[in-house]
Amino acid sequence: MNDARGWLLHLGLLAALVLAWFVLPAYHTGNLARILVLAVYAAGFNVVFGYTGLLSLGHALFFAAGLYGLGLSIQHVGLGVLPAFGVALGVSALIAAMTGYLALRTRGVAFMIVTLMFAQTGYLTVLYAGRWTRGDEGFVIARSARTLFGLDLADERIRYFAALVLFAIVFLSLAAIVSSGFGRALVAIRENEERARLLGYDVQRIKWLAVILSGTVSGAAGAAYALLFGYAGATFASVQYSILPLLWVLLGGAGTTIGPLIGTVFMFYLVDFASEITDAYLLLVGLALICLTLFLPRGIAGELRRRALPWLP
Amino acid sequence: MEFGPHLVLALLEGSITAAVLALTAAGLALVFGILRVVNVAHGEFFMLGAVLAWFVSTTLADTFGAGPAVGFVAALIIAPLATALVAILADRLVLRRIGYDPERTIVATIGLLYVLQQATLMSFGPEARPVEAPFNTRIALPWPERVNGEWVLGYPWGFGTTSYKLFVIGAAVVVLIGLWLLLRHTTLGLIMRATEQDRDMARAFGIPVTRVYALVFGLGAALAALGAVLVVPIQQAHYLMGGDPLLLSFIVVIIGGLGSVGGTVVAAVLIGLTDGVVSVFFSATLAKIIATLLVAMVLVFRPQGLFGRALSR
Repeated sequence: MNDARGWLLHLGLLAALVLAWFVLPAYHTGNLARILVLAVYAAGFNVVFGYTGLLSLGHALFFAAGLYGLGLSIQHVGLGVLPAFGVALGVSALIAAMTGYLALRTRGVAFMIVTLMFAQTGYLTVLYAGRWTRGDEGFVIARSARTLFGLDLADERIRYFAALVLFAIVFLSLAAIVSSGFGRALVAIRENEERARLLGYDVQRIKWLAVILSGTVSGAAGAAYALLFGYAGATFASVQYSILPLLWVLLGGAGTTIGPLIGTVFMFYLVDFASEITDAYLLLVGLALICLTLFLPRGIAGELRRRALPWLP
Repeated sequence: MEFGPHLVLALLEGSITAAVLALTAAGLALVFGILRVVNVAHGEFFMLGAVLAWFVSTTLADTFGAGPAVGFVAALIIAPLATALVAILADRLVLRRIGYDPERTIVATIGLLYVLQQATLMSFGPEARPVEAPFNTRIALPWPERVNGEWVLGYPWGFGTTSYKLFVIGAAVVVLIGLWLLLRHTTLGLIMRATEQDRDMARAFGIPVTRVYALVFGLGAALAALGAVLVVPIQQAHYLMGGDPLLLSFIVVIIGGLGSVGGTVVAAVLIGLTDGVVSVFFSATLAKIIATLLVAMVLVFRPQGLFGRALSR
């Protein structure tokens, strides 16, 4: 990030999140820990959707790869937390590389359907491999297995700051990446792929790298979710978890760095609020999607950037 | 029961799946062919048809003491019409406003999916409710057996079907023939095909394209609802029943060729029969995994599907 204002914004946001632990009541900090991990997932999705302009409907595959990569490593192989996290990252990156290579041979609508199909395959495989994954029911990862450097990751404070550390790393790294040459190439491809190709960019390869980056970040989020909340279940591989990051990013602002967090916070509390009223809280998700695409296609941060703050990264 | 009769039964069940699938997928293919948008909420139109059929037949039975036959005929007329109205409303309120932009339509129809599904959950409830078939006599089927060294036609126990199931297949064939006649031999069909081929040229000839779009969207929804009304006495009406038909319709439309209704019907027969047979003899989940992967691969390596013409986009 070349802009001092950008740095100030990012660091200020992180400082606010640190402060939040001491200021907010326990219910909200618990929520925030979850929100931060999901915001990492949204940020990963944002790389491919917001910056490269590829609408993937199959990111749950990568999230689940991380989730089960870590979960199964701990549960069935007995790996420690760090090696398991490494496995999760490796598996997500590999799956992203393979499916990305195939999916990127298609464009537009076909790309959406192919990614959706790959994610569905992943979901069905999780169900089919029920002997290890326990399918829809899922499995709980023991608290005793979730310790890192002697710190109990299930403890609320440690969990919150672990989530915050992960978020901070991803947040700042992605901010640096999108303002680098690679990031600008992604935006160029999003805006006009033919022109980018004409300018000499290896468009296919750049898109593929974007998918791998996106998949790995999403996998990291999945692994962190399993690690910090101690549960892995097939729902996280289902279509719903492919649609949710799309919703979060659309709401917060695709193609902005703070968009994913804003969208996740907003939607989380909207759903939380709706769940108290009715079982059918997904109705709100549906309405939100429709209204967003009708009236606010750029999302909150996107509109902010367009109307008031053009320097927003 | 031996393998032979078992296979025939599986084929029969597959034929029913194929019949209903052909109707549903034809609706999706029409919408994609003429509007060039993917309607992710198509499965929910299917579900609406089933739920409305339950509502109509139950109301007629409770309020007027009508028998199942009357209720069924009424449902057959009312449910597709009502579903078409819902679809046309969605088209006017949402799709037209976003200009049928492919990406935004997918997001909007995902939202519509959740709205329809959850609204049904809130009003209809989470249980599955049965609808009585208008007629349902058992028909025992003959099978050649060897008795005392001679081939005789026997009637193995458990080997049979019902008159209603045969009716479903017949009805689907009739409706599809009707659809073909509509498309090929009526002015309306001509208008629809003209709009499909070249939207701007059609407009230049004075065809009210937005009205045609609304009509086609409604027709697609009505076809799905009709398929659901036919199948609901065999299955039950449930608010989540739209998911499987959506996935299968997608598979059929893609393999049959995006935009080709004839190819869709052929693909529906293929896939319905295969699904029926594989589900009976192997695991249903495995069948779905293979089918899902197959769709992705077909799209990756042959984007126009098996029968369709290459998309200009």
